[in-house]
Amino acid sequence: MNDKKHLMVSAIKDGTVIDHIPARNLFKVISILGLNKIENQITFGTNLESKKLGKKAIIKIANLFFPEEDINKIALVAPDAKLNIIRDYAVVEKKVVQVPDEIVGIVKCFNPQCITNHEKITTRFTVIQKKEVALKCHYCEKITDQEHIEIL
Amino acid sequence: MKNRSLVSITDFTKEDYLKILDKAAEFEHQQPSDLLRGFVIATLFFEPSTRTRLSFESAIQRLGGKVIGFSDSNSSSVVKGETLRDTIRIVSNYSDLIVMRHPLEGSARFASEIATVPVINAGDGANQHPTQTLLDMYSIRKTQGKLENLNIFLVGDLKYGRTVHSLLMAMSAFNPKFWFVSPDELKMPSEYKLFLHSKGIEYFEQKDFAENIDLADIIYMTRVQKERFSDPMEYEKTKNALVLKKNMLANTRPGMKILHPLPRVNEISIDVDDSEKAYYFTQALNGVYIRQAIICSILGLI
Ligand SMILES: [Zn+2]
Repeated sequence: MNDKKHLMVSAIKDGTVIDHIPARNLFKVISILGLNKIENQITFGTNLESKKLGKKAIIKIANLFFPEEDINKIALVAPDAKLNIIRDYAVVEKKVVQVPDEIVGIVKCFNPQCITNHEKITTRFTVIQKKEVALKCHYCEKITDQEHIEIL
Repeated sequence: MKNRSLVSITDFTKEDYLKILDKAAEFEHQQPSDLLRGFVIATLFFEPSTRTRLSFESAIQRLGGKVIGFSDSNSSSVVKGETLRDTIRIVSNYSDLIVMRHPLEGSARFASEIATVPVINAGDGANQHPTQTLLDMYSIRKTQGKLENLNIFLVGDLKYGRTVHSLLMAMSAFNPKFWFVSPDELKMPSEYKLFLHSKGIEYFEQKDFAENIDLADIIYMTRVQKERFSDPMEYEKTKNALVLKKNMLANTRPGMKILHPLPRVNEISIDVDDSEKAYYFTQALNGVYIRQAIICSILGLI
């Protein structure tokens, strides 16, 4: 099984592997982490079989290590994501993501009548529920729930 | 409260509310002359609301303050496409305080972050209208002699009605009991019920308006709008069930009072108007005193 996985997505010497991303949210994760704007070598695989997620995606980024607060931002779209920190082909650390208490930017308020959808304003939410994520807009005070989360 | 904006009813504490109510009572008893002399207050109404605007402007001018602003977005630069951000920044330079009403939710919070002077929210879409809530509390205290331990009926559109949501939050500091009277489609949202639950406050939900009406100290009526119903038949069926009629008052408590944020449509029969339990027209008059108290507190004058 392990060998098979390695065939699908090639190994990296140093960097970060993000596994257990729901396949449908792969591009959201890429966009949240700004991976589309960097020069590092990145490999990803998607629609891989996963018992837990159905179809999952995996991203390997060479020579990049994320600060905790950056990586926690993906918890909104990939709550089960697991990170492996790789040094010299070996996993030296494993991390899980945690939904932060506050979300600044990233998410669009679902309320069409919210000022943030009419003027150039950085969105801000308090996370009022972490399991099934629910976000309370700092501006309109409405709650955006998991199924309405839209990444900016 | 000095220099603090009032955007949402939760921006102020119980102590703040009480201080404002006390000041409003003082102002009602005797208008302090010229307390606002030398102050310029901007009233920015990005959508028309004559009732609220006149109440604010009367409050200001009776204390000798000056008012600048506009009464709807047609007469302002908003039509030329100026952003709210720019309007607020500019008006900050010309005034000591901004009172604003805007159709978009969250606009007042945003303005309070941009403005270099305090902002009072006079309604941001369906979100908040805190001066209305303070006015409701003032009316409750004035008619009941207290805020604590009251039985409060909230009637009508409990799903979208911002006034009932804010009143529920504010009154929850005073150990009330609530009765929610509404059709199924317009029930109190669960987040407010959870809030009451967390505070250990009892509430009851019912469709029959008359049930337990003899226990009410306050009946707070709201408009039920046809547009709120997905099925127009449902509206036709329920609209009469939510009308307060004179014969329903027969067994109510002698001190019970009926409040309504106005304007009403048909949810209170005209024959209720001359009952001594009808308080909704007087309620609106209290707005001047409460707004004076809020403005003077925020400007640090009292
Ligand atoms: Zn919002």
